[in-house]
Amino acid sequence: MDITSAQYRTDFDGNNVCICATINGVEMFVPLDSNNNEYAEIMRQVAAGELTIQDAD
Amino acid sequence: MTRARELANLGNNTTDLEAINTVYDAGGLTGRNLIINGAMQVAQRSTSTSVGDSATYKTMDRWQIGINGTTAGRATMSQSTDAPTGFGYSMKFDVTTADTSIATGEAFGVLQRIEGQNVQHINKGTSDAKVCTFSFYAKGTAKTYIAEFRDDNSRQVSATFNVTTSWQRFEITVPADTTGTIDNDNTAGFLAIFWLHAGSDFTSGTLNTSWATSTNANRMVGCDSIFDSTSNELFITGVQFELGETATPFEHRSYGDELRRCQRYYQQYLNPPLRGTMSAGSASSRTGMILPVPMRATPSVTFTQTGATSHAALFNGAASYTISSIQASYLADFCIEFDFNLASAPTAATPAALYQSSTLQSKFAVSAEL
Repeated sequence: MDITSAQYRTDFDGNNVCICATINGVEMFVPLDSNNNEYAEIMRQVAAGELTIQDAD
Repeated sequence: MTRARELANLGNNTTDLEAINTVYDAGGLTGRNLIINGAMQVAQRSTSTSVGDSATYKTMDRWQIGINGTTAGRATMSQSTDAPTGFGYSMKFDVTTADTSIATGEAFGVLQRIEGQNVQHINKGTSDAKVCTFSFYAKGTAKTYIAEFRDDNSRQVSATFNVTTSWQRFEITVPADTTGTIDNDNTAGFLAIFWLHAGSDFTSGTLNTSWATSTNANRMVGCDSIFDSTSNELFITGVQFELGETATPFEHRSYGDELRRCQRYYQQYLNPPLRGTMSAGSASSRTGMILPVPMRATPSVTFTQTGATSHAALFNGAASYTISSIQASYLADFCIEFDFNLASAPTAATPAALYQSSTLQSKFAVSAEL
């Protein structure tokens, strides 16, 4: 899985609700759910120091 | 004797409880096939695309490309109408770029992951473990390939199969395994893999034909390479994995039935029926929809404009408002909601629907693949 960017997105109250990531060249909204494959891979790459999730704007 | 014949015979001897038990222990007549989309009927993403560059889902639903390392080989993977009698489609690989210099760590194949909660009845990892049978139809350039079966405990077993230029049905016995209980949950508990190309890291040992802890060198011994010539092609269909020591006839399902099964993992909509509200401002309009099939897990979402104009729009019954940015705000296994910012602001809060026209189209896809 080629993840080139990742940034949290927030709801109206400012809570992180998902990650907007570019995966294999496609922009994707990824839920914060460990059962989701994309989220699991993002967190694996974060733990390995290969990826940083940017804070929401 | 086929299971259908066994059932028919019960009408002649209804007191034969042993025969009845045999039939039902083996899984009955429906629900036998643990493979989804084995007849390659459903292809929501695409019916033809290039493969070899990434380990993703590309064409037929539930069938994922498996890659280790980096191969230069490429093939067109497509939903082909070349199929054996009784089938409408097959999965076709047509090599477009050869790879005759196979690095040690390369491997290429196609696989299906099965949820652990769907294979509990094979009793793997218990003293009552069951023998299963994997069957499929294949033809293509004459080659030897590998079928591999893996569990979620890094245990595996492999078998070879020899493809010829004529359709033939392959029946592979998957032995019982009293070691390695499969987790009873919605994660991948069992994998069936067709390996079509392998480097020496995977071929240098002795093919492992009994369940054992996975050793790479023993997984794909004897595997030819589909990528050794651009003349090569392969067709596969009628894939079935079932309880029991013999292959029963392929369990055909309707398109609608198979689509619903696939939608547990992936759904895609052109002009999705998103409904919701616009705020009295350019920010924070929200629309959503209930998914017709609950998904395996909370899905990832992509939203793209597909029409001639650059942005989709919301419509409130009086005017349409161009969407300037999109965010999936609430995701669950049964519904999706999007927040939209608009290029211009309505003067009051109103109901809203995603606007659809011939030039203003959008598509969203939700994925909860294994």
